[in-house]
Amino acid sequence: MQQVIFKRPEILTDAFTHYCPGCGHGTIHRLVANAIDDLQIREKVIGAGPVGCSAMIYDYLDVDFQQSAHGRAPAVATGIKRVSPENIVFTYQGDGDLASIGTAEVIHAAARGENITVIFVNNAIFGMTGGQMAPTTLLGQKTQTSPEGRDLTTQGYPLRVCELLNTLDGVAYLARVSVHDVRNVLQAKKAIKRAFETQIEKKGFSLVEVLSICPTNWGMKPKQAIQWLEENMTAYYPLQVFKDWR
Amino acid sequence: MEKVLMKGTEAIGEAAIRAGCRIYCGYPITPQSELLAYLAKKMPHIEGASFLQSESEVAAINMIYGAAGAGARAMTSSSSPGVSLKQEGISYIAGAELPCVIVNASRGGPGLGSIQPAQSDYFQATKGGGHGDYRLIVLAPKSVQEMYDYTFDAFDLADKYRTPVMLMCDGALSQLMEPVVLKDIEVKKYEKPWATTGAKGRKPVLVSSLRIDPADMEKQNDHLFEKYEKIIANEARYESTCNADTEYVVVAYGIMARIAQTAIKKLRQEGIEVGLIRPITLWPFPVQAFDGLRDQAKLFISLELNKGQMVEDVRLAVNGKAPVEFYGRSGGMMPKPDEIVEVIKRKISGVEKCNK
Repeated sequence: MQQVIFKRPEILTDAFTHYCPGCGHGTIHRLVANAIDDLQIREKVIGAGPVGCSAMIYDYLDVDFQQSAHGRAPAVATGIKRVSPENIVFTYQGDGDLASIGTAEVIHAAARGENITVIFVNNAIFGMTGGQMAPTTLLGQKTQTSPEGRDLTTQGYPLRVCELLNTLDGVAYLARVSVHDVRNVLQAKKAIKRAFETQIEKKGFSLVEVLSICPTNWGMKPKQAIQWLEENMTAYYPLQVFKDWR
Repeated sequence: MEKVLMKGTEAIGEAAIRAGCRIYCGYPITPQSELLAYLAKKMPHIEGASFLQSESEVAAINMIYGAAGAGARAMTSSSSPGVSLKQEGISYIAGAELPCVIVNASRGGPGLGSIQPAQSDYFQATKGGGHGDYRLIVLAPKSVQEMYDYTFDAFDLADKYRTPVMLMCDGALSQLMEPVVLKDIEVKKYEKPWATTGAKGRKPVLVSSLRIDPADMEKQNDHLFEKYEKIIANEARYESTCNADTEYVVVAYGIMARIAQTAIKKLRQEGIEVGLIRPITLWPFPVQAFDGLRDQAKLFISLELNKGQMVEDVRLAVNGKAPVEFYGRSGGMMPKPDEIVEVIKRKISGVEKCNK
């Protein structure tokens, strides 16, 4: 007699993903799917997708979606939430989308205490366009547009999104997690569920920043990339819960 | 029916509420900030309606995208520089086929320009504005009453065709106070099975303008243009005072049409037969208003508050059958009727000299 002890979350479709080997998006999609399954909110969820590697997230999650212009997902989500306050509205955005072209939209959605959830994937690079410098690219990190390594004097400092948003009273839940090993994946799973609970309880804006790897554009093997994230990214982007309304 | 004295912007606001607009998002900019103020006062008291002052024009139009995509009647407004900022969102809205209303109380440009009335956003409104192949239905009222009436039409056309509609007024109309009859206009309800409302008992829906496969993208563009052909065939609107004896035709819209009307009245008193074509829809441009006239009239004059934009559509409509002249003031300057009388007389004598 065989027993099922582990299965795909129901809202995660069985489509083949277009992501590169080793990419963190697959894991993070799954964690979002887990949260939606666990909270039994599939019929209420509306996603606002980004522009970037995860633009086609709607192929992988079996919920209503609106594809948004680059960086504008928090504004799109705001429009959705204001006219359908009983729905659960979330955005899924990368660091080019959220931390570069979309800084105004995310900051103001947070400042308004907009009752939406933002899943923010920080892999320190623009993935889809082929590996250009992101606002989150670390000092000295080599990318297509910082070929000698990010240079402080001409390219400035990396942006810490959570620390920036932590100053805003409209934010109800704010955490930075990572998916580079099992222990951290479990932490990330908890945080993402908590962010959705924040919205269900109508507490205000919730955001989870997820540190993730991009082996293809970092020019590393997945194992090396995991090590690089652990050694470099967690030092500049400390993993912690910044705010929890509970 | 109640008759009240209202500003143009307020008439749009009141009509939007009555037409079932459930969300307004906008950013303050002269000369239409009174519309925000009016809706900020009224909308919070209407059940299920929300007013939101957005952090930017860009955010405002994207909020409208989200709300319209979720099935709500939604509106934003701005003036020229702000409407430029909205173009990205308007292109996405057209691409994703979302119904919404965008108001432009246009002012002098380019750049930050002036805050006085102008019609220099005609190209932007009628030829695309944002990237990609798309059109907006553009309605051009000429009075505060029409701003009220056409707001209902704008919401209805948007839902009927799943397309963004622009209400194109200007700094003069938006600031003008005139009596308005607050007519009870019937609001038709449209089913929106494509809207994101949560996938309850159904498969998920997707609101998107993304078509990664070029063959799909071409198919979508073909679909959009089949829709635009229907709009061209069914929705072009105009007002005309031309008849079988009209020799000279003035073409003007919005506030300029009213100045032209006064000038034409004076000319007729002097025995000069001038007719007016007033496009109500700037897109689709009412080409049928020129049928018959293009072979009969000796001269067409396009009068505009810009350096010559609609005149290109007038030329296409006249199709080389008669001379087409242009006169315009720009930057926020408005001509007086006497100035227009002189211009029309001068243009007529020019064409008559050539005909001799």
